[in-house]
Amino acid sequence: MNPTAGEQIASQIGYGVGLDALGITALLPEIFLAVAACIILIFDLYNDDEGHGMSYSLAGITLLGTMLLVIWRPYGADAIDVAMNGMFINDLMSRVLKVGILLVSFGCFVYSRKYAYDRNLFKNEFYVLGLFAVLGMMVMASAGTFLMVYLGLELLSLCLYAMIAFDRDSVKSSEAAMKYFVLGALASGILLYGMSIFYGLTGSLDLTNVHRSIGDIPVDNTVLAFGLVFIIVATCFKLGAVPFHMWIPDVYHGSPTAATVFLGTAPKIAGFALVMRLLVGGMEDLHHMWRDMLIIIAVLSVVIGNLIAIAQTNIKRMLAYSTISHMGFFLLGVLAGTDNGYSSAMVYVLVYTFMTLGAFGVIMMMSRAGFEADSLEDYKGLNQKSPWYAFVMMVLMLSMAGIPPFIGFIAKLGVIQAVVEVGLVWVAVIAVVFAVVGAYYYLRVVWYMYFESPVSDASPEGPVDMRIVLGVNAIGIVAIMFWMGDLTDLCARAIAAIPR
Amino acid sequence: MYNYDAYMLSILIWLPIIGGMVVLATGDDSKAPIARTIALGVSIAVFIFSLALWGDFKNGTSAMQFVERHDWIRAFNIEYYLGVDGISMPFLVLTAFITIIVVIAGWKVITERVAQYMAAFLIIEGLMIGVFSALDSILFYIFWEATLIPMFLIVGIWGGDNRVYAAIKFFLYTLLGSLLMLVAFIYLYNKAGGSFSILDFHQTPLAMDAQILIFFAFFAAFAVKVPMFPVHTWLPDAHVQAPTGGSVVLAAIMLKMGAYGFLRFNMPITPDASRELDWFMILLSLIAIVYIALVALVQRDMKKLIAYSSISHMGFVTLGCFLFSAQGIEGGIIQMISHGFISGAMFLCVGVLYDRIHSREIADYGGVANTMPVFAAFFMLFAMANAGLPGTSGFVGEFLVILAAFAVNPWFAVLAATTLIFGAAYTLWMYKRVIFGDVANDKVAKLKDLESREVLFLSALAAAVIIMGVWPNPVLEVMHASVDNLVFQVQQTKILGN
Repeated sequence: MNPTAGEQIASQIGYGVGLDALGITALLPEIFLAVAACIILIFDLYNDDEGHGMSYSLAGITLLGTMLLVIWRPYGADAIDVAMNGMFINDLMSRVLKVGILLVSFGCFVYSRKYAYDRNLFKNEFYVLGLFAVLGMMVMASAGTFLMVYLGLELLSLCLYAMIAFDRDSVKSSEAAMKYFVLGALASGILLYGMSIFYGLTGSLDLTNVHRSIGDIPVDNTVLAFGLVFIIVATCFKLGAVPFHMWIPDVYHGSPTAATVFLGTAPKIAGFALVMRLLVGGMEDLHHMWRDMLIIIAVLSVVIGNLIAIAQTNIKRMLAYSTISHMGFFLLGVLAGTDNGYSSAMVYVLVYTFMTLGAFGVIMMMSRAGFEADSLEDYKGLNQKSPWYAFVMMVLMLSMAGIPPFIGFIAKLGVIQAVVEVGLVWVAVIAVVFAVVGAYYYLRVVWYMYFESPVSDASPEGPVDMRIVLGVNAIGIVAIMFWMGDLTDLCARAIAAIPR
Repeated sequence: MYNYDAYMLSILIWLPIIGGMVVLATGDDSKAPIARTIALGVSIAVFIFSLALWGDFKNGTSAMQFVERHDWIRAFNIEYYLGVDGISMPFLVLTAFITIIVVIAGWKVITERVAQYMAAFLIIEGLMIGVFSALDSILFYIFWEATLIPMFLIVGIWGGDNRVYAAIKFFLYTLLGSLLMLVAFIYLYNKAGGSFSILDFHQTPLAMDAQILIFFAFFAAFAVKVPMFPVHTWLPDAHVQAPTGGSVVLAAIMLKMGAYGFLRFNMPITPDASRELDWFMILLSLIAIVYIALVALVQRDMKKLIAYSSISHMGFVTLGCFLFSAQGIEGGIIQMISHGFISGAMFLCVGVLYDRIHSREIADYGGVANTMPVFAAFFMLFAMANAGLPGTSGFVGEFLVILAAFAVNPWFAVLAATTLIFGAAYTLWMYKRVIFGDVANDKVAKLKDLESREVLFLSALAAAVIIMGVWPNPVLEVMHASVDNLVFQVQQTKILGN
């Protein structure tokens, strides 16, 4: 049979060679997401106001479709695909992180629909911005060069600035967006500066090349230390670790909760990718240098985050400080500098985002038009109004506090075990003691919900999709305990396979 | 016949937990009767299973029985690893027994959020059985910590006026102690070559300074739970504020988890440190026995008095354990079980009065015998048992411990024996002020005697107290082999190079 014209062309340009020389198949999910986001943007121009529901659904479908493309791989699950001449790495870690990012973002979209609708924020652009932010995070997860790290990070950050400022009539939101923008731009500049120093030292933007040539540089090289400090500062700023945490509470508090939930969840996974690609993929040989910096940062984050959270009366601010302490815990796993530590940190960050997602889901469910349920008082007596959502919130809070039998405990156990393993028992003891301090403010939420009588008329209401996703989210956090072994195994395999 | 032994422990753990979920699902108080019935059915079923377990238990061996072992978190080698020996076995039956009592005791008293109340007790039952049967230290830790959550809610939701303070204090106090234990587990995991199995920890050689640190890390967890002097201050608060059922479970079972921890962890894992620090443990135990008994003497609140009496009695348990003789340890375990019945019964008696008059103050009572003769008789029996009257279970354990103490140092025995005086003093004096004398006020005059439900649970406990007192042999036989093995373990040295 004669080949068709299309097949002829394909064989001439060499379908298997021409396209895969660049490794387009490895990029398929990202390409799909980018195209779909553009289509949704255009689609909405030709749609009247009621059509926002349509673009919302399309955005959700796009996320799930992208996730299928990430999971569905015709060519070996553990294979590393290096595309675009090493700029883009599609390894197991990036795929696990992308699935996490996409799932969490899907949850954010579902949770924020009612909230955004009530506040007239339910616009097409909000979801398109979200999709581009997801694209940025996916690029970060797969970045193989400094350039890709930076591109992904900026794409994410720019979308987040806009999402935070989305409620343009709100002074608080504008202030939050302004703060985040100014400080975020500064941090990006610092990151860029650090990268340029490393480029100067190694002559390459490619992280595996950087990794290879960094060993030849004398360890007492001042410029090297300088560059590393810049990279660490910028990374910790993006994560929100002490002492670069100042923006977190104000931004969490000021943003519309629909943006806070997005800001507080998926970007942390991307932040983990950032840390892994830069510090481990590129600079693992400098572990002895960044370890000491991270010890100080992690310990300070755990201590200060947990202490200041106690003083908060606003639940969004409380969760902001709790985020800071969680980032400290997550850095504990990274600073151990072992594969075991990295995979524990990976488990930690994945678990953490799903817990935070659920907590913000409950907050948005309690809010309604003209009323923000962001004061702790609003949760008083929730058990009398809705035992199920009180139970959900209790599970989330106790899990965040790291109290068994919830997954937050296994996550904390992993990072603490990693630190003890490398002999840093004192760090583990500090972390553990401040976990008890932290337990207090989580317990206070449980206390308000279960032991007090209602003082405000806030009650959980939400559309059926939101109820279902929130239920799955909460039950998942309990049920995943039975499959925790598989999750840790998956993360361990992912870490073992990253190129460095 | 199908061998169901390998799943017995899982059934005992998960049946009440799943049952609790089902009870929780019955929803609001309009369906309270259903919630109560399911809770009673589940708790009775668990008790029957626990008796079946006892029936199949082989007395002659110290090996773990009914072992169930599955991989769980392979990255850290954490296993789902269950098994019981003669030391843990009696506590399973005790837990199942007390839960039935608690469900019946809360039958009419609890009218708000009934489903949640019953579910909390069923779930805590499963978790406590898990504590006593876990052989993987992380699994143990998970059950251990998870028990805090239902108890926190029980105290906080159905407790007295100052319940929030008591609940938070209870939670944070015990959490801090147990987190240090967690760090010790992780340290041991690395020493034991990547295993969290408690039985592997028993074999792991450890240097003396490491043993001392681990001993104190465990001590922080278990001494708070027991509670030992001077970390006992959470207990009176928690007991006073908790609803009756909460006090019963707390006193009858949760305190025993601490002493069980000493037997399962401190003594076999750090035998050299245990021998080195036995003076310390004995000193704290004796202070608890004597000083706390004196504190109990001056209490005005009945629940507080019983709470302090619990601390004093638990001092006997820790004293018996750290004498390192089979007699002492067996005495300690018997004392734990007997105290489970007696303290539970005492709290229930106070609960019976509290439900009628809503006061725990001794001064608000007087002459109750005139209006509640049946109750007075039951209360008499339990008060006598609490004072250690021969023929009741309270006597057996104390007697064994005093004998063992005499063998080590007569002065220990003399000090420990003062409890027979002080115990009688505070218990009987309280009894006299509450029960005897003229009718104190109108409220007492209007008291109604026990209803059949109350007679039911009090007679069950009375039977247990007397049977244990007259014929403790079945329980002693269960533990002989395991206790002998423990005594052997604690005499070994684990320091390498010796």
